[in-house]
Amino acid sequence: MALIPDLVVDLIAQAAQMLLVLALAPLVLGFTRKIKARLLRRIGAPLWQPYIDLWKLLHKDAVLAHNASWLYRIAPYFVFAATWVAAALVPTYAANLMFSWSADLIAIVALLATGRFALALAGMDVGTAFGGIGSSREMMIASLAEPAMLLVVFSVALIAGTTQLSSIATTFATASVGLRVSLGLAMFAFVFVAIAENARIPIDNPATHLELTMVHEAMVLEYSGRHLAMIEAATALKLMLYFSLLACLFLPFGMATTDKDWAALGIGVSSYLLKIFVMAALLPIGETAVAKMRVFRYPIFLGGAFAAGALAVFLLFVSRSF
Amino acid sequence: MPRGFCKMAAFVGLCAVAGLLGIAAVAIVAGRWSWGSIVVYGASLLVSLAGLCGALWHLLTGAAPETLNLGIGLPGIGANFRLDALASFFLIVANLGGASASLYGLGYGRHEPAPLRVLPFFPAYLAGMNLVVLADDAFSFLVAWEFMSLSSWALVLANHRAPENVRAGYVYLVMATFGTLALLLAFGVMAGPEGGYAFASMRAHHPAPFTGAMVLLLALVGAGSKAGLVPLHVWLPLAHPAAPSHVSALMSGVMTKVAIYGFIRIVFDLIGEPVWWTSLIVLAVAAITAVIGILYALMQNDLKRLLAYSTVENVGIVFIGLGLALAFRASHMGLPAALALTAALFHILNHSVFKSLLFFGAGAVLTATGERNMEHLGGLIHRMPKTAAAFLIGCGAISALPPLNGFVSEWLTFQAILVGPGVPQWGLRFMIPTVGALLALSAALAAACFVKAYGVVFLGRPRTPQAETAQEVDRFSLAAMFILAALCFIAGVLPGLFIDMLSPVVADLVGARMPAQTFLPWASIVPIAQSRSSYNGLLILLFLAVSGTLAAMFIHRYATRATRRSDIWDCGYPDPTPAAQYTSSSFAMPIRRVFGSTVFMVREKVDMPRPGESRASHFHVKVLDPAWHYLYGPSVRAVMRVAVALNQLQFLTIRSYLSLVFATLVLLLLVVAAWR
Repeated sequence: MALIPDLVVDLIAQAAQMLLVLALAPLVLGFTRKIKARLLRRIGAPLWQPYIDLWKLLHKDAVLAHNASWLYRIAPYFVFAATWVAAALVPTYAANLMFSWSADLIAIVALLATGRFALALAGMDVGTAFGGIGSSREMMIASLAEPAMLLVVFSVALIAGTTQLSSIATTFATASVGLRVSLGLAMFAFVFVAIAENARIPIDNPATHLELTMVHEAMVLEYSGRHLAMIEAATALKLMLYFSLLACLFLPFGMATTDKDWAALGIGVSSYLLKIFVMAALLPIGETAVAKMRVFRYPIFLGGAFAAGALAVFLLFVSRSF
Repeated sequence: MPRGFCKMAAFVGLCAVAGLLGIAAVAIVAGRWSWGSIVVYGASLLVSLAGLCGALWHLLTGAAPETLNLGIGLPGIGANFRLDALASFFLIVANLGGASASLYGLGYGRHEPAPLRVLPFFPAYLAGMNLVVLADDAFSFLVAWEFMSLSSWALVLANHRAPENVRAGYVYLVMATFGTLALLLAFGVMAGPEGGYAFASMRAHHPAPFTGAMVLLLALVGAGSKAGLVPLHVWLPLAHPAAPSHVSALMSGVMTKVAIYGFIRIVFDLIGEPVWWTSLIVLAVAAITAVIGILYALMQNDLKRLLAYSTVENVGIVFIGLGLALAFRASHMGLPAALALTAALFHILNHSVFKSLLFFGAGAVLTATGERNMEHLGGLIHRMPKTAAAFLIGCGAISALPPLNGFVSEWLTFQAILVGPGVPQWGLRFMIPTVGALLALSAALAAACFVKAYGVVFLGRPRTPQAETAQEVDRFSLAAMFILAALCFIAGVLPGLFIDMLSPVVADLVGARMPAQTFLPWASIVPIAQSRSSYNGLLILLFLAVSGTLAAMFIHRYATRATRRSDIWDCGYPDPTPAAQYTSSSFAMPIRRVFGSTVFMVREKVDMPRPGESRASHFHVKVLDPAWHYLYGPSVRAVMRVAVALNQLQFLTIRSYLSLVFATLVLLLLVVAAWR
């Protein structure tokens, strides 16, 4: 093939991935809510309810407090952009896309931190007690979860010999990495971190507004209209990102890695969708099985993740074959 | 090139030093005039810019090292000066900081109540820092080092009537003396019995491995006490905030870097091949410094003290890079050593930029409100929008957020950690991942710390009338802040340029360099190989800007852009008093709880009145630095006990004194007899 069509195909594949994660994210969120409702013996809202919510929020007036600053108005777009870029850089159905080299796994974790930084600041902007409590607790959880996440990154990077997410996925999908103690520990840590970062039970309850232990929802309490829509979209994207990351790091089978013909892409897309929806079903099952924790139990939960991640890294520093 | 021209940059450097000393002398007179501060800071700005240009020219043209010998100093040796790649890089850091602090001082200095206590010492302090970097023998190095310490000590005591400043000055003096003593011993050991105090002769005869290790540890104590390594950091959070804000910026942003220069000069240049276990000690101290520094920063309510503790953290991050470079160099791993050293040097540059910016911001807040206590501030984003914007960029950069510069140097440090399994020693194989975990922890805590600093000071509602009526600061201060903020962006988006600028420095010190970065496609950086890792700040910035703008445009075009203003909602129960907001201590409370029992010596006391009592309830928190409790407290008490015991010698009779003298003489003679 000539150079130009190659470039165009690459661009289309990259753009398709960006739009795919954005379009699918609310559906995945709706799916988890539906499963959860059925587990609680409710009928639940339809699968596409998140789309309807977003559309409705987008068309409402944004109500701002009198003393809201420019930072408060920019933050939702910034959070959305950071989360979307991070989510688009995680390989979903195909690895080695055009811009996959522009940020590695460490940079993706840091991009999420950037989004969280902006949101935590926005929570403090109006000057309410709820916003402050949310920001403070969000940063406390993040300061325990982020190191654990970076240890997970270290352990997969040490096995694959790279921090480049596409290369990691390619190595894991093609080479015989096999079952490893370190990967098991890393996955354990990753799941814990993902639960904490996405504000799911037992760390936080996404379905409540009025509970003293609330974290994420307290931080965005003052937001309304299109700003709230941006934040909700970012939340959905973040959940999607963690599902994609779990799929790409620990279950990379089926992903189109080197040859990108239609058959490989078809297998890639369908296996990706299968993985995502299986995980989206497992999450609410786990959530209904446990109770929410007290705030000051979080360090134990996240310390467990940190210890597991650290153990995985130690094992790999001792020998790459663990 | 003609020979005279070759020495131009070193000459420019020394001229800059002489010029600054001249300004200091003029300032003694000019300080009495009303426009004295403009003269002094303007002249310092010009001289610093000249020094910056000379150093940049030397580094970018890759000129050979230049030496100069002046006939002052020790007889027979004179004063040696040398400008090589390492020195020119640190001259860039020092003069960049000096120039921006002078620019800031043009505005900030007008509010100075006692200009004569600041103006003469400021240029002298700049001259001292330049001189340390240029010195090429132990004597001139130590003289310049002491000159730098004493001039900054005078600046710490600029406001000497506040009792806490007097204490800060005292502690600073004691610690500076202690550090210089360690450096003196280090140079003495290196000079050997022949007394080769010129750096050139030290470079020619590397010490034996064990002696080299001793020198390294002495340098770690000596330079580390100036840079703020735990547990020698205790003076730093006292002294840095006490000085005027542009001097605080220099002390935190530049002087700690000059101290690190001393360490790099001794360890990487003068002692030659390191022993591997010394890197173990450096890494352990560095990682503990990073975590302890940021945890204490989180507990502070004084904005400038918070920034000073965060300097301790960043010095720890720099030393993590240096320790990794030592470990790799001891095992002859050229490229990883170059990567780790580049990360450390890049972080030195980055930290000097954003820490100066943050101290300037704190100074602006202090000028506008007269407050350093964060509990008395709030809502300044409305009153000081420009300062708030610049400070926000500084906060993002220091929290290592992409696409700003702090992230790049931490990312490079992480990449260096990930080549760690290549080292053969088992001790290091356990130390390096531990350091990696602690570095990750400190990076995450830094984000929490600066959300707190920014959120409490600039966001929310004003907590006092001073905060409510604050005014934006002058144009010079704003210009200094915005130039530094722009540098944070440039170094974050085009890091390849800076990495290539550092490559001659790194090549001189570890004999290897990172691959050239500047002409890579899309300005990305690739530390080792494309397949291994790459990062592209430019594209990240572009993606963020495009997706954020697209989202906003889509919504404004196809949905609605209507906005209404109303009262705060706060779940239906808004509290009108600003005291109901989250404060600095309440923001830090969850983290204080998590780490409280192990790291801090937290004393919390709740005094709740019983039902029916009408008095107010109280909550006291006291956070103690264990370094004071376990290290300094006991040593101070021991010194006092010895002093009291020796005090009796003052009240003896003349006969007792004479017999003491006689006994001493006999003892000394016995020693001499035994020795021979």
